[in-house]
Amino acid sequence: MYSELVMEHFRNPRNMGVIEDADGVGEVGNPQCGDMMRITIKVKDDILEDIKFQTLGCGAAVATSSMVTEMAKGKKLDEALAISNKAVAEALGGLPPAKMHCSNLAADGLQAAIKDYRERRQA
Amino acid sequence: MDRVVYMDHASTTPTDPEVVAAMLPWMSERFGNPSTVYSLGLTGAKAVQDARESIAKAINADPEEIYFTSGGTEADNWAILGSADAHGKKGRHLITSAIEHHAVLESMEYLAKRGCEVTRVPVDGGGLVDPEEVRRALRPDTVLVSIMHANNEIGTIEPIAEIGRITREAGVLFHVDAVQTAGKLPLDVEELGVDMLSISAHKFYGPKGVGLMYLRKRTRITPLLHGGGQERGRRAGTTNVPGIVGMAKALELASVRMAEDAIREAALRDRLWEGLSAGIEAIHLNGDPVRRLPGNLSVRLDGIEGESMILMLDMEGICVSSGSACTTGSLEPSHVLLALGIPAEDAHGSLRATLGRSTTAEDVDHFIKVFPPIVDRLREMSPIWCANCVCKQRN
Repeated sequence: MYSELVMEHFRNPRNMGVIEDADGVGEVGNPQCGDMMRITIKVKDDILEDIKFQTLGCGAAVATSSMVTEMAKGKKLDEALAISNKAVAEALGGLPPAKMHCSNLAADGLQAAIKDYRERRQA
Repeated sequence: MDRVVYMDHASTTPTDPEVVAAMLPWMSERFGNPSTVYSLGLTGAKAVQDARESIAKAINADPEEIYFTSGGTEADNWAILGSADAHGKKGRHLITSAIEHHAVLESMEYLAKRGCEVTRVPVDGGGLVDPEEVRRALRPDTVLVSIMHANNEIGTIEPIAEIGRITREAGVLFHVDAVQTAGKLPLDVEELGVDMLSISAHKFYGPKGVGLMYLRKRTRITPLLHGGGQERGRRAGTTNVPGIVGMAKALELASVRMAEDAIREAALRDRLWEGLSAGIEAIHLNGDPVRRLPGNLSVRLDGIEGESMILMLDMEGICVSSGSACTTGSLEPSHVLLALGIPAEDAHGSLRATLGRSTTAEDVDHFIKVFPPIVDRLREMSPIWCANCVCKQRN
C-alpha cells in the first residue's frame, strides 16, 4: 500500500516533538477526521532554524509530517512557504490515491506555522 | 520479522489442510462440469449433492433449501435484492439495523434509490438490537427484515430467535447475515426462525470465493445471476465443485470442534484484554461485554489513530485490523462504532483483534508485551494526547 520511503519515515520520523519556545505554531486537521497535525518552528534571520511536528493520524499523515520538516529545515521562509502538499507526496514517492486527499496536510501545517510567526512579528 | 501472530480471523482464516486435501481432486483428475451427463461430470454432481446434504443437516435445513453462491456478499445481495423484487407487490418497506455489513447496507441503499423505504433500527451502546424496535418498525407494507447474527467489528451477537418470532408472527421475510457465526456458533434455521441466511466459507477455515444462501422452501425470490439452470434455476454459473466440497468439509470440521474452540478462544481473548487493560491507560472495550463472539476483542484508545497502530503492530509481526476509516480510504470512521454512540474522534482510535484456532497463549502474551510501548510512542507523537489532562479525565 505505501512506498518504502513512506514506511521508512513512518518508522523513523524526523523532527518529531514540540519546540517549547516556538516562534510560530501551525495546527491543521481535526481529530474527528482522524488526522491532526501541529507544527512548531524556530526562526532566525528569516530562516527556519528548527522545526518539529506532532501528528495524530495514519501512516501517510505521519510520513508527510516527517517529510515536510526535512524539506523545510534550514530553508528561507518564502522557500518553505512554496512547498506544496503535492510536492511532499512526490518527495515520498507518491501516496495511495485515497490518502492524497485525507492525510496530506503537512505543507498546510507548515504554512500555518509560518503565517503565525509573521502575524506575531507584526503584532 | 520472524514471528507472525495472526489475529484477524474475522477478516479471513487459513484454509484447513484437510479442507485443501478434500478439494484437490476436484481441481485435477475430477475436474468435470457437474451439469453434464457423462460420468466425469456426474461424479462432481454427486460430490456437490453430498456437500449440500451435509451442510443442510448442519444447519437443520433441507438440501433443497441450500443455494451455493460466490460468497457472503453475493448471498446478502441476492437475499435483499431478490426478495424485494419478488415481493414488490406486497410493499416496498425494508428493515435492517444500523450496524450491518456493507454488503447488506449498500444493497438496501441501492433499493432506497429505486423507490424502497428503509428503516435502520438503532442499537444500544454494546451493539445489541432490541427486538421490540424491530416490532415497532414493522408496517403493513414491510417485506423484509435483515439483521446480522453477529457483528464483524465488535462481535456482538444479536437476539435472532426473538426477532424471528416477531417476523414470523407478522408474516414478514427474515434474512440473517450469518457470515461471522457459521462454524463458530450452532446454527439452526428452525430455532432462529429465519427465511434466508448467508454464509461464507473462508471465515471458518474453508476456501475463499464460495458461500451459500439458505432459502426456506416456498419463499419467492428473483435470481440475481441469469444464465444456465444451475441451483434449480435460481443461481446461474458453473458449479464451483472444489469450493463447495471444501466448504462442506470445513463446516463438518467446525461442527465437531466448535464448543472446544469457543471456550479456548474466549479464554485467550479475556487474557488479552486483561493484559492490555492492565498495561495501558485510557483503553476501552467496544461492544457488548457478554454477548459477543468468543474470539473477538474490539478496543479503542484515546489520543491515537487506528492505522498507525496497525502499521506498528505489523512491524512486530502482529496482524490486526481497525475500525478506522484510513484502512478503507474514507474519511468516515466506522459506521458500527458511530452507531454505538462513540464519538468520531474516538472511533478513529479503534483496533480489532480476532483470535482463532492457531492463536496460542504465547501469541497473546507477545501482543501484551509489544503493544504498550507502541501506544506510548504514538501518544508521544500525538498533538491531542497529554499525559495529565483531558484524555485521562474522560475515563
